Amino acid sequence: MLVYIARRIVYVIPIVLSVALVCFMLVHITPGDPLVAILPADASQELANQMRAAYGFDRPLPVQFWLWLWKALNGDLGHSIATGRPVLTEVLRAVGNTVTLAIAAAIIGFTLGLFFGLIAGYFRGTWIDRVATSIAIAGVSVPHYWLGMVLVIIFSVELNWLPAVGAGPGGSSAWGWDWDHIRYLILPAVTTSVIPMGIVTRTVRSLTGDILSQDFVEALRAKGLRETHVFRHVLKNAAPTALAVMGLQLGYMLGGSILIETVFSWPGSGLLLNSAIFQRDLPLLQGTILVLALFFVFLNLIVDVVQAAIDPRIKRT
Amino acid sequence: MSAITDAALQAAPADKARGYWTTVGRRISRDKVSMACAVILALIFLSAVLAPWLGLADPYQGSMIHRLRHIATPGYPLGSDELGRDMLARLVYGGRLSLIIGILPVILGFLIGTSLGLIAGYAGGKVNTAIMRTVDVFYAFPSVLLAIAISGALGAGIVNSIVSLTIVFVPQITRVAESVTTGVRNMDFVEAARASGAGPFTIMRVHMLGNVLGPIFVYATGLISVSMILAAGLSFLGLGTKPPEPEWGLMLNTLRTAIYVNPWVAALPGVMIFAVSICFNLLSDGMRGAMDIRN
Repeated sequence: MLVYIARRIVYVIPIVLSVALVCFMLVHITPGDPLVAILPADASQELANQMRAAYGFDRPLPVQFWLWLWKALNGDLGHSIATGRPVLTEVLRAVGNTVTLAIAAAIIGFTLGLFFGLIAGYFRGTWIDRVATSIAIAGVSVPHYWLGMVLVIIFSVELNWLPAVGAGPGGSSAWGWDWDHIRYLILPAVTTSVIPMGIVTRTVRSLTGDILSQDFVEALRAKGLRETHVFRHVLKNAAPTALAVMGLQLGYMLGGSILIETVFSWPGSGLLLNSAIFQRDLPLLQGTILVLALFFVFLNLIVDVVQAAIDPRIKRT
Repeated sequence: MSAITDAALQAAPADKARGYWTTVGRRISRDKVSMACAVILALIFLSAVLAPWLGLADPYQGSMIHRLRHIATPGYPLGSDELGRDMLARLVYGGRLSLIIGILPVILGFLIGTSLGLIAGYAGGKVNTAIMRTVDVFYAFPSVLLAIAISGALGAGIVNSIVSLTIVFVPQITRVAESVTTGVRNMDFVEAARASGAGPFTIMRVHMLGNVLGPIFVYATGLISVSMILAAGLSFLGLGTKPPEPEWGLMLNTLRTAIYVNPWVAALPGVMIFAVSICFNLLSDGMRGAMDIRN
């Protein structure tokens, strides 16, 4: 087991390095000089050169990469061009709000997904299956940013039950788990939850169906086990794969929150990314993407390790 | 003698392949859901292509006094947008750009990904490692984040949005193509082709492509739904199409400010994205079911 974990961790190192390389290159695939965006149009050549030297853009790319990486490893992602504050501070504060949103959405999406998936797989071919499958396919096909707008139209504009935008009193910095804050969380969380709900439903449905058609289930029933006990065996067999899919979905929710956060002005990493893109704040753009991608890589690592730990069928040597 | 055998050998798989696809075609034409989706998609495609000849209002012609009309206002069957332009015309014309930026990345990804996967799967060894480890890097990013990161760095624009989405789909299709190819590579008929002196290119093109294309194609069809949502999403964020072009994602964005005045008109472009996306998803499911002959 330990050997497996160690091997898996060693395998993460090249991935992390390449992720860093991609994030670094993002700034350099921009047409022209990264500084063009921030320099005033009438800047003199001299000033441009000074700025280039100050940011280190005059050095060869590989040198720049290693310097940037070394600083990043020491927790220095540079300073935001727009606000002048350290990028890491800005990103970490925003990520907290995104995590809040993702966890709330995960609770809704995974609970519903597991429920629909299990009953659809169990009652395969019946009307229950058809209803659950339709909900799932709608969940994965709906443009979630549009669903967010529709929910705002229904619950904020027409019914006036829930707030349309923001994260409650205190804005981005003072989140609390009380009704004054949670009412701001409901609509974005429900919107975020539809895709994972659909995907978990589809995965669990096909898993349950496959397991139920295996011989050992027949054997369990033949030996006189009650249906609830058979069900427990199905759960046990489906758990590792379902867990892996849910872990991946959590990662997608953390990293892909930009559209929903934009619709609801939710002050998380997605909204930060949005403002970084439109203010051409390249250090902030680079830093946010790096942090989110690393989150995703480590979440995948945890999922793999947990999956190996609970599934005796995976070889651990 | 040998010439006859050769001809027979070459004809046999071709006949069998045609038989398989005929069966698949017949199965899918009996599937009511798939057929309904195909009809809806065909209507949306046709109306987008034929938009100038449908007698619609000018999608660019605004009117300050006819702004944000409700649905079913005389002269405005689906209302008007924030600049008084006819919504029906804009939704139909919007299909042109929306479908192109949604589908083209998958087509490009399909072409590039299939080639890469086929090469990686057939060559094996170091070539495989080089291609597949590069693909792994892109899997380290959630796809929405990757698309937005690339488009955000490249700047707004239709071409940039197509490029960034293509970069998102190439690794996914490459992975599927590689795994299917690896499965086919060691089959007897490939060995036979190699023994009879066929070069790697001929083997890949003649003997393997037909066997791997089906599963990759179904996978790619499923991606169109995601691509439609993401492409419109990029425009929604302001990273794709630029105003005044009619495009569903961008229309959704500009109408967002109108949800307090005329909410249901503002939601219309999303209905189009949803319809196209769900139809492609159902069609892809139907195809997968039809191609699984064992059932």
